[in-house]
Amino acid sequence: MSPSLLGQLDYSAAHLFSAMVLLGSFAMIYQRRMVGMFNAFAFQAFALAAAAAWQAYIQEAHHLYVTAAMALLLKGLLIPFALRVIVRRLDIHRSIEVVIGIGVTMLVGIGLVALSALLVMPVTAGAAATTREDLALALSVVLIGLLIMISRRNAVTQVIGFMSMENGLILAVIGVAGMPLVVEMSVAFAVLVAFIIFGLFFFRIRERFDSLDVHYLETFRGERR
Amino acid sequence: MTAALLQVAQIALVVLLAPLMTGLVRLIKARLLGRRGPPLLQPYRDLTRLLRKDAVLAANASWLFRAAPYFVFALTWLAASLVPGVTAVLALAPTADLIALIAILASARFLLALAGMDVGTSFGGIGSSREMLIAALAEPAMLMVTFTVALVAKSTSLSEIARFIIGGGVGLEVSLALALMAVLMVAIAENGRVPVDNPATHLELTMVHEAMVLEYSGRHLAMIEAASMLKLLTYASMIACIFVPWGMAVEATPHALLLGLVTYVAKLAAAAVLLAVFETSIAKMRVFRVAEFLGGALMLSLIATIVRLMSEGL
Amino acid sequence: MNGTLVDPIHAILGLPLLAAAALTLMPSHRMAAKVNILAAFGTFLATTQLFLHRPEPTALVFIDDFNIYLVVLTAFVAFTSSMFSADYIQHEVDIGKLPPIYLRFYSAMFQLLTFSMLLALVSNNLGLMWVAVEAATLTTVVMVSVYRTREAIEAAWKYFILASVGIALALFGTILIYLAAQPVMGPSLEAMAWAAILPHAPQMAPELLNLAFVFLLVGYGTKVGLFPLHAWLPDAHSEGPTPISAVLSGLLLNVALYAVIRFKMLLAANGAALSPGPLMIAIGLTSLLFAAVMLYRRRDIKRLFAYSSIEHMGIVTFAFGMGGPLANFAGLLHMAMHSLTKSAIFFTVGHIAQVKGTQRMSEIGGLTASHPWLGWTFVIAVLAIAGLPPFGLFMSEFVLVTSTFARAPALAILLVLGLLVAFGAMVLRVQSLAFGAVVGPTEGNTVRLRLSLLPILVHLGLVLAAGLWLPAPLVAWFQAVARQLG
Repeated sequence: MSPSLLGQLDYSAAHLFSAMVLLGSFAMIYQRRMVGMFNAFAFQAFALAAAAAWQAYIQEAHHLYVTAAMALLLKGLLIPFALRVIVRRLDIHRSIEVVIGIGVTMLVGIGLVALSALLVMPVTAGAAATTREDLALALSVVLIGLLIMISRRNAVTQVIGFMSMENGLILAVIGVAGMPLVVEMSVAFAVLVAFIIFGLFFFRIRERFDSLDVHYLETFRGERR
Repeated sequence: MTAALLQVAQIALVVLLAPLMTGLVRLIKARLLGRRGPPLLQPYRDLTRLLRKDAVLAANASWLFRAAPYFVFALTWLAASLVPGVTAVLALAPTADLIALIAILASARFLLALAGMDVGTSFGGIGSSREMLIAALAEPAMLMVTFTVALVAKSTSLSEIARFIIGGGVGLEVSLALALMAVLMVAIAENGRVPVDNPATHLELTMVHEAMVLEYSGRHLAMIEAASMLKLLTYASMIACIFVPWGMAVEATPHALLLGLVTYVAKLAAAAVLLAVFETSIAKMRVFRVAEFLGGALMLSLIATIVRLMSEGL
Repeated sequence: MNGTLVDPIHAILGLPLLAAAALTLMPSHRMAAKVNILAAFGTFLATTQLFLHRPEPTALVFIDDFNIYLVVLTAFVAFTSSMFSADYIQHEVDIGKLPPIYLRFYSAMFQLLTFSMLLALVSNNLGLMWVAVEAATLTTVVMVSVYRTREAIEAAWKYFILASVGIALALFGTILIYLAAQPVMGPSLEAMAWAAILPHAPQMAPELLNLAFVFLLVGYGTKVGLFPLHAWLPDAHSEGPTPISAVLSGLLLNVALYAVIRFKMLLAANGAALSPGPLMIAIGLTSLLFAAVMLYRRRDIKRLFAYSSIEHMGIVTFAFGMGGPLANFAGLLHMAMHSLTKSAIFFTVGHIAQVKGTQRMSEIGGLTASHPWLGWTFVIAVLAIAGLPPFGLFMSEFVLVTSTFARAPALAILLVLGLLVAFGAMVLRVQSLAFGAVVGPTEGNTVRLRLSLLPILVHLGLVLAAGLWLPAPLVAWFQAVARQLG
């Protein structure tokens, strides 16, 4: 292959993987079932791992392979598994309570994608095309994660929203060529996430309340069981 | 001259192949479900049987009810023959525009929906209203897909798009991948396939398309059945033409045409197999979920457009 | 290690970390509180060494005029808080609110929190600072949920989710800053170091800096507790143990604000970038006015002072937003004074809550009559936080108001309005809490007052001294920092 064609492939594969991560976000919005959401999250993690590995390859930044491996093992496999266990053990409703309807959320999500493109693209005129688009897509993943946290009330789904937000950040970090401390940051995030999962488990152990719906926490009156 | 000949051949070919494709889908579905299933040529027999029978009309059926099946069939046939399948060298190629295609299919559907309501039975009405709901969501998605494809290929003409893609104008293009997913979802909805509608159902509450055409019989029904078979073929050819055009003859040499025919039939067969596998592996969704399903298609096509615009550097 | 025995930075960061490790591994929990105090004291001593010997900046840590003062302040308040917590937690264990094992757990977490706050302050690297702020958030989340009541867990969860969102946005801003620095400095660790990027700020792409600053202001602003992202703050303050409320208000908010100010400096150094001032003024003023109004409707004594923290953070943000030597000076002074006063108040409130067995203000009354020393200390501390002379907060507020009047009278009127509204609320509360009919138990169930009395008096003494007379070298130094902040 000619160098230019190879460069084209570098670019389009990176673009493809980033777009897949974004697609994962939308898949999460689309879900009405908890398990479906976990699958969508796992899909996003796989896409993220692919994106990180690809960036590691084209930037020749070997530490990014660590980030890719962490995304794959931790977020792609371990966390969805842990979440399934939590949902089963805690007897959480298998369906997702949506505060804002799915259609509306999707439309808002599209708006956020457009917004982040409009925010990021003009200000990064100097950067490489891969970086710019990666950053724009990453910002939309971050914002959609926020949207999930706002529009899906259950604590587990909020956690997923947060983790997808974090996926967006990792996506942003890997896209910026030569960014130092990437691995450290992904480790820091991993700690954060481990913490959340632990927190969910922990709630169950204490059995102080019988719903993880944050709404219940706010208006809890007396024992329900 | 060759283009005109090829166009005539194309018109004949689609109407011959359409029942075969439907038959293949039914056969594979049956096999996957562990049944022996009808023979491959059963749809042809069904159609000729229906054509021989008398049509039974409701007492209050208007001329629209009687005329609609023929118009629907004609429009769908026209749409099917516009889509380049074997070759891009067609006399009607300049008119084979994606937007025009969508419009032709939409008018066929509009007629059918009107006819569904004509007799005034509740099923016809419910079928029509659901069909229009689906259309209202599917068409914007389809137009966004068109827009994305046009951004990539710089044309909305199907033969131009096919030439552009065959010419290696695009590498790995995300927006096209997203558009493909969107168009697949639209195609499933438009053709009344499983997660959206069940073509084989007789459970009134879940019917969409079948409810709309419940009052039809005899040759009218044959027209409508043939039209829906043609529609399936149209969508399959259109997807093949935009996303996997390789093998299509761009020049009218005998060798290229032969290759084009073989690949075209192979693509249709592959589409039939995939559709059958997909339909058997999934359950029909509730009607209110359909809006979300198509909303998903719309969303995908919108993302595709945005991503494409992003690549163009805004 | 040029000359000195140990690099002070190593000691400052190493001591809390070692202490935390030792506390987790320690077999007995009886000594925990003492180890905690000792480690905090050692850390504080180490920070004072920084005045004598300032280490060279490395790629990861650095000390300059600005952060040295926050480092010392943080170590000092951490030390006094550890003294206060010793008694406070012991009492909670005595009355059975906490199992004894929590003495050790609490102390270890306290040291970890101290470590992460100090790390955030001395870090020369944007990424490292971010990690440190995140670590500080995590430890405080654990601390807030320590009582395991439904309310505490709810508060911790809310805090956790909001702070995590803030921190995520801050990281995005950090990435954008790096993206701005990278073309100028090349891809290296240097391109994320404060000391290295500040001189290069003028060459960076201004649009990128603007976008980054918006994310950073919202992100770290959440941790500062600025309106409208303050929702976690009152809950976290009221449900966690009181020493942690003191540390949260007195130190952690400062640390987050420190980050915002650093980024503000970066923007200010780039001539073409959007001026960060108006943004910070708007956000600061809104927080001030909002919190001032909210002060009136509080029922929980700790929530009251949590809102007061939002108010004061609003004032400081406003001051730095105004910029200029005088306003910056006022902001720096206010940060320090608020830190000391607010922690003193929380120490006092902790005593009051333990004596009265409640945090509800309707069940507390006539403190000066029932517990004279406690009541009067409380009155003095509240007067100090309300900004009455002769306390240090009056000084800083006075300087801020006069300098604002000279430059933007309209803003000054809003500022004064906010201050007065807040003042009114404080006076109202003091009347019902400290004077009037005695409500609640008159005889405190054996609260030991020896050790934990000291920090309150020391803090209030310092605030009073600063209000009466600021030493000339201190003023000169504050002024130097104020100029540096631009």
